[in-house]
Amino acid sequence: MTASNNGVLNSKVPEGNLQDKWDNHKNNLRLVNPANKRKFTILVVGTGLAGASAAASLAELGYNVKAFTILDSARRAHSIAAQGGINAAKNYPNDGDTVWRLFHDTIKGGDYRSREANVFRLAQVSNNIIDQCVAQGVPFAREYGGLLDNRSFGGAQVSRTFYARGQTGQQLLLGAYSAMMRQVGAGKIQMFPRREMLDLVKVDGKAKGIVTRNLTTGEIERYAGDAVLLCTGGYGNVYYLSTMAKNCNATAIWRCHKRGAQFGNPSFTQIHPTCIPVSGKYQSKLTLMSESLRNDGRVWVPKEKGDNRPPNEIPEDERDYYLERRYPSFGNLAPRDVSSRSAKYVCDEGRGVGKTGLAVYMDFADAIKRLGVDAIKAKYGNLFAMYEKITAENPYEVPMRIFPAVHFTMGGLWVDYNLSSTIPGLYVLGEANFADHGGNRLGASALMQGLADGYFVIPYTLSDYLAENLHAEKVGIDHKAFDEVENETMERINNLLSVKGKKTVLDFHRELGQLMWDHVGMSRNKEGLEMVIKKISELREEFWQDVNIPGENSTLNKYLEYGLRVADYMELGELMARDALDREESCGGHFREEHQTEDGEAVRDDEKFCNVSSWEYKGEGKEPVKHVEDLNFEFVTPSQRSYK
Amino acid sequence: MTIHLKIWRQKDRNTPGKLVDYTLDDVNPDMSFLEMLDWLNERLMNEGKEPVEFDHDCREGICGSCNLVLNGMAHGPMPGTAVCQLHMRKYKDGDTIVVEPWRARAFPHIKDLVVDRSSFDRIMAAGGYISINTGAPADANAIPVNKYDADLAFDYAACIGCGACVAACPNSSASLFTGAKIAQLAHLPQGHPERKKRVVKMVDKMAEEGFGDCSNYAECEAVCPAEISITSIAEMRREYVKALSEIE
Repeated sequence: MTASNNGVLNSKVPEGNLQDKWDNHKNNLRLVNPANKRKFTILVVGTGLAGASAAASLAELGYNVKAFTILDSARRAHSIAAQGGINAAKNYPNDGDTVWRLFHDTIKGGDYRSREANVFRLAQVSNNIIDQCVAQGVPFAREYGGLLDNRSFGGAQVSRTFYARGQTGQQLLLGAYSAMMRQVGAGKIQMFPRREMLDLVKVDGKAKGIVTRNLTTGEIERYAGDAVLLCTGGYGNVYYLSTMAKNCNATAIWRCHKRGAQFGNPSFTQIHPTCIPVSGKYQSKLTLMSESLRNDGRVWVPKEKGDNRPPNEIPEDERDYYLERRYPSFGNLAPRDVSSRSAKYVCDEGRGVGKTGLAVYMDFADAIKRLGVDAIKAKYGNLFAMYEKITAENPYEVPMRIFPAVHFTMGGLWVDYNLSSTIPGLYVLGEANFADHGGNRLGASALMQGLADGYFVIPYTLSDYLAENLHAEKVGIDHKAFDEVENETMERINNLLSVKGKKTVLDFHRELGQLMWDHVGMSRNKEGLEMVIKKISELREEFWQDVNIPGENSTLNKYLEYGLRVADYMELGELMARDALDREESCGGHFREEHQTEDGEAVRDDEKFCNVSSWEYKGEGKEPVKHVEDLNFEFVTPSQRSYK
Repeated sequence: MTIHLKIWRQKDRNTPGKLVDYTLDDVNPDMSFLEMLDWLNERLMNEGKEPVEFDHDCREGICGSCNLVLNGMAHGPMPGTAVCQLHMRKYKDGDTIVVEPWRARAFPHIKDLVVDRSSFDRIMAAGGYISINTGAPADANAIPVNKYDADLAFDYAACIGCGACVAACPNSSASLFTGAKIAQLAHLPQGHPERKKRVVKMVDKMAEEGFGDCSNYAECEAVCPAEISITSIAEMRREYVKALSEIE
């Protein structure tokens, strides 16, 4: 059993030296022989980097895979939008990088709130990922000699980021997608597009199937399998405005949470420092400007409050390059949480720019002078073009205006070293798990983690579980457990459709998002969090009495899909606030105003909070129960994270 | 600003559809086109009417979900731009915009502006990959790729799979989509072992799915949001002819 015993979570981290843990573990994991692999069916939910790479790798091994996506094609999963790059400790530039350094940067970047063994494994397999992707035909950037090019990213002093112009996520996803389509062609993967997982089916405590809604016909469908892999991404859309795609949602992980999977560190949210600012109420999403831009862009605001002159008319000595000033050794490449908070501070002081005062400049004038327009165009051309399309301003001539936005959720379903949730047979990969990023994710690490989980971790760890269950009785979709879950799902849909109230789903989502952004965003305090928990529960009540979902269940109905998702955000949002309230310290992206130094830096409390908060659902109207996994740092010593 | 819309409404594949008129008088020029449709849908829902269904996801021009024909042009009037990245400031107060879905036999209709593009996935499953299992391939730098080919491969790999090429083509050909993948992999040494088999399988699959042939109108290149060049189609044909002449 992976579940907690007396509230103590067993992370199953193997014994031994950090360097040997994963190899030792692989030596001990049980295998399934090729003839028996054919007898197993694996359900993979989500087809982003984690899902596509897992589905392809498992099918190659001989398992039968069923893959599900809410979109019309697996290729559209939101991993596709990642711009900047993917880290690996190849040390091709000969600048002193090692697996240890990548591990150390990542664990420090996460503010010592992640598991050493997991992060070390991530750094170890990072190099295999690059090899794998190149072999698949991913067109990474290359130098004139034909070898791969690297660049630097936030929170690191070496150049270890591989990239494909500003479209690295797209190219990596298309690589994993093509590996998956190869298996579709070979008949080993069955693809189910336009399907949304609405619940998990458990038999004798183990994950044995899922219930999905066919988004074209509204039909509720049942799928049985020997294991379920959730690769459904993060839950940043709880905040309404985020850099997530519109269809990204939390329903699959939230439904599994309600079926018994514990939720790790729900309040750990990454607010990315460089996004295009909000322009009006109609705004439906925020667009990220890759962190890679901070290699050449200098971030500044006017020194004086309310200085409304156009940026090019503000002389050099009246500008405050606040990141360079506060963090001289990392400068504009300070990590995301630190950069975002700094932007918030200067805007709170009234030195923000643009119409709303909620923006700072990112200026390329120096880089253009130093390298020439052509060099900048070659590096960032597509990002500059995207910026111009959205804002109608030319960033080659005027500085970009940027502001922080919700981007990634480090929290997610709790998993052990094998990526197993607290429900046996339910595995969670990529952003959907609480993961390897602790309190803050470094740039170019999300792609790394998604692919590491899918290509190089799950194929090993899943076989161990399946070997143990080789003789387990097969569960079919006619099992009564499926009847119960299907009935509950239908009831939820019918309830939602029958409210026929006055407010749209958007009204509720916007309201929830504003509450979350104001009180569970970049800066949090006790009073605000207590208030927001109450407000969200009131909003939830109102939702079920006054929401208006148009149309019917039996056709394509995107506002019905949306309504079901927002209903789950309301519950998850409340848990996020509870977790933020409980964690009486500041770490990474979680900043509690009560815990800061005089100059506004985060103050961790390693005595009390060097741990993972893992929440157990206790039923409707009952308070969730917190379990704790202590984080033992054997190989690094947590220190005050300084980028000064 | 005021915008008049004529939007294709169709309940399902078996019910005839028609253009329906809507007028929005409070459109903000900074809205994206899809945000304007959100705005319209909110109004329709508040009036107790059914909202317009359309596909969308990333709204950053990279996922390829959005697929609208505006005044007869796939993705609208801006070159190199998916419709999610088109902003209302490109229109004038009082403009009328006709909004239709992709129309092609190989993209069956689902509802309103939503169509089924799974034929693209089947073309990919026929051969749009390199047959390499997850495991331990050679070091990524073991095979240098000259920068010219690497950059060209990237240009072709930038395809977002939206299907605008098909929608714009008088023959409903998927040659730009298929050619882009074939050309990408043909320019990389990793793609060479399966080069001949790949082009034949993908081209044959394209025809089987009901896409037409290319007759060099180049409408596809004109509307492609990823600005894929029709040289990819020339490359595909060259690869195809070479493959046929060399495979026994």
